[in-house]
Parts: sequence; C-alpha cells; structure tokens
Amino acid sequence: MSDHPHYTTLREIIRPYLPEDIDPGTISPESHLVADLNINSAHLVDIVLDVEDRFDIRLEDADMQEMATVAEALRVIDSKLENPGE
Amino acid sequence: MRRRVVVTGLGICAPNALGKVDFQEAMRCGTSGVRYIPELARLGFRCPMGAAPEISGETLASSFTSLERRGLSASGLIYGALAGMEAWQDAGLAFAGPDQPDWDSGVLFGTGLMGADTFRSAIGRIDAGEVRRLGSSTVPQIMASGASAWLSGKLGCGNWSGANSSACSTGAEALMLACWHIRSGRAERMLAGSCSDSGPYIWGGFDAMRILSSANPDAPEKACRPLSASATGFVPGSGAGALVLESLESAQTRGARIYAEILGGAVNSGGQRGGGTMTAANAEGVRRCIRDALADARADPGSIDLINGHLTATARDPDEIDGWCAALGRSGRNFPYINSCKDLLGHGLAASGSMEAVAAVLQLAGGEVYGNTNAEDLHPEIATQIDRSRVPVASIPADLKYVAKASFGFGDVNACIIFSKYWA
Repeated sequence: MSDHPHYTTLREIIRPYLPEDIDPGTISPESHLVADLNINSAHLVDIVLDVEDRFDIRLEDADMQEMATVAEALRVIDSKLENPGE
Repeated sequence: MRRRVVVTGLGICAPNALGKVDFQEAMRCGTSGVRYIPELARLGFRCPMGAAPEISGETLASSFTSLERRGLSASGLIYGALAGMEAWQDAGLAFAGPDQPDWDSGVLFGTGLMGADTFRSAIGRIDAGEVRRLGSSTVPQIMASGASAWLSGKLGCGNWSGANSSACSTGAEALMLACWHIRSGRAERMLAGSCSDSGPYIWGGFDAMRILSSANPDAPEKACRPLSASATGFVPGSGAGALVLESLESAQTRGARIYAEILGGAVNSGGQRGGGTMTAANAEGVRRCIRDALADARADPGSIDLINGHLTATARDPDEIDGWCAALGRSGRNFPYINSCKDLLGHGLAASGSMEAVAAVLQLAGGEVYGNTNAEDLHPEIATQIDRSRVPVASIPADLKYVAKASFGFGDVNACIIFSKYWA
C-alpha cells in the first residue's frame, strides 16, 4: 500500500492535522486516523474537504465512514477516481 | 465565606501596544492606537477611523499552531488568546498536564459578538449552497465562548469556563463575576477578561447611529476626545484585556507577585426607566452601581484616589461626571483624579472594560495617573463640577491607594470595580 500512487499525497494532506506530539514518520498505511494518529475527530471533515479539493472528487457521509485508516482512505479515493459519477 | 481576591497576572492586546510592558509605556507616553482606515472610507463610513491591535504573522505563529491558523479570521478570538496567554504566564502559572485539568482554575472571557469576519464568509458559503464546505473551524470562531474555550483548552482549566455579555460593560462585568466566584470559594484562580472583534461589520452599526467621531481623519490621534469641549463621538476600537484573579491564599502559597486587590464591585441595570433607554443611562442606576460597589468593597467614598471612567467622548461625558459627583459626594478640588483610556484606545466596546482595567491596575501598581491626552479643552459643564487639576492631560506620578473602574453599556447596564493596593 505504501507504493500506492496517491499514498504520498494523502500523507501530506494528513500531516497538518497531526497533534504536535505525533511524529509524521509514524504515518503508515495501517494507521487509524483517530486511534493511532490521535487526530481530533472534528478534523476528519477537514481532511475530507482537502481530499476532495486535491483529487477533484466528492465524498459523501458513507465514504467518510469507510476512511478510518490511511489504506481505507486510499481505497475510497481510488473508487471515486474510477467511478467519478458514483 | 468571604475570601480576599487579588490580581496576579496581566495581559493586553491593545490598539496602541501588545503586551503589558509596551502597553504601560504607550499609556504613559500618550501613544495613540487610533488610525485612519482606508477600507472604512471606501465603504462610506461617516467615521473612517478605528483602533485595532496590529498583530504580526510572527506573533500569531507564537500562540497558534499552523493548524489553528488555517482559516483563522475571528480577530476577537486572536486578541483574547494573546491577552489571556500573556496574563497566565505573567502570573507564573503552569499549563495542566495532558491527563487532568486544574479543577480550581477557570476562564471567564466575555465578548459582544465573536468572529464577524468568520461568520460573513460562512454566510457566503451557506447562501451558495456549500454548507458542507464550512469545515470544522467555523463554530469555534463564532461561538461567543470561543476565547474562553480556546484558553481553557490550552491552559487545562477545569473550573468555570464561559463567556458573559453585557455590551460595553462586558469586561468589567467579567472581572466582577470572576471575583465573586473566587470570593465565595468556588475557584482558586480565574482568568478573566473580554475581547472584541475589529472591522466594518462590528463598527458599522455604531457609525449608522451617528455616535462616532466626526473629527478630521487627518489627525486620528486627536479624534477621540473624552472629557473635552470639542468631543464629537467615539472612535470604535477592539482588542482584549485579561487579568488573573486569585484567592489571596492561593497567591500567597505560590509566592505570586500581587499587583492589586479587588475589594469588591457591583453590576446592575437602570432598567431603561427614569430616563434610561437602550442607549442612555438611568442616572439613578449609575449612582446605585457606584454606591453598591463601594458597599461591596467596604470602602469609603472619600478613599477613592482615581476613577477610570467609561467616558466615551460623546455628549454623555458630563452626565457621567454628575453621576460620580453624586455617588461619591465629592466635587471640585475634592474630586478624585479621573481619566478615560479611550483617547488612546478608542472605544473597544466589549473589550473596553478589560483593557481599561489592565490600565487601572498598572496605574495603581505603578503609582501614576495616565493623561487624558485630548482633554486640554475641558468640557465647560465638567469644569463647573470638578477642578481642572483632577483631569491631567499628561501622565503624572501619584500615590494611589484606591481606584474605581466603571463601564456602562447599551441596554442601560452598569458595572463598577473597586481596586486597592494590596496590604498584607
């Protein structure tokens, strides 16, 4: 998953939302955004907006619920890019 | 239970200076924070002047994380955060660790209306059908308790965290509510203050009421003229002031520096009766507020050495002097020194009371009276009530023991605080 074409981009999107005591180097595909990376759950909506802007896609509530980990988020992004009308 | 309450920390984000040290110097030297603001002129404001703190990107970065700075546009929140953090650190207090707040410390930070610029951009998005694009940063910037929420989170305060609002008496009211909270044993320390946004959306309503200064904008430092014969209205302002109030026991246990004691105070309303209206004070309400403050403080009217008044540079300044004369039973040469900080700060609206309270405490602790820089032509009605010597134009040294600070506001509301030097 770490060689996924959008992995680096997603890491850069997530990075500003990390609490100060979390080392950005700890982000891995398996990282759970809230449980592992300690991201404030209120910021998940901001990450979703940043992902939408960067990939020019639209994410619905159901998509957001399937984006608990970095790898899951990449799968949702892939799915949206493959089926833009979905 | 009646415990003594002292002031152990000061923080200020004012139009003429940031931080306690520079503020004291600016007030002493008569440095004005009133400026000509081209944007107001472009928008057709009758008064194209305002007084707003100048915050550099560097200052912003020192207090807000890069994430917090994203989309940060609530100027009042910025001012409140800067002043509050300074006061806490000035008091030598630490931040609570990650697991447990300090249950004995609280934050009470008032405002009139928070985050007007943030709200405006949110309204634009909502009207365009893009409500989902607001993100998570809108609510914390437009809730009235935005500053207290931000500060109590940074500091880890587990006692009362909230915001009061009573127009231009908000700042003085916050200090009294916090003082009484500590006095009655419900907290050991309260970070108390107030903040107000800058800009046309906050100031426009006052411009429309034609109560703002019509002075020549080529000389903005002369435009806001409390106590003056040539006063034409106030210049609107903004900023924040913050004070750490603490039980005497807590301050002594910590070995904290004590700037002053709050002996007591009062808040009331004239009820918009007896001549009082939404915008004018019931004179009896003002007199009662001052007398009730003295009673709460157990202080004699003759003991007051300095009044830091509300004094907004409108036609109401002589009425305020009447109120003080009647409430204290003092006039002429027997009247205390009196000043307004609004000549230099403009009228900071909800922030005025706390910024001026910081100035009051600095004057008391520093043994000086700040000048009324634009009162060289004392209003003739005021001159019949009190002696010219009571209204210094330039700052003077003075041995001050008791200082009264009052703020009044729309809605016919009043607040008065009695500070004294701290004697063990």
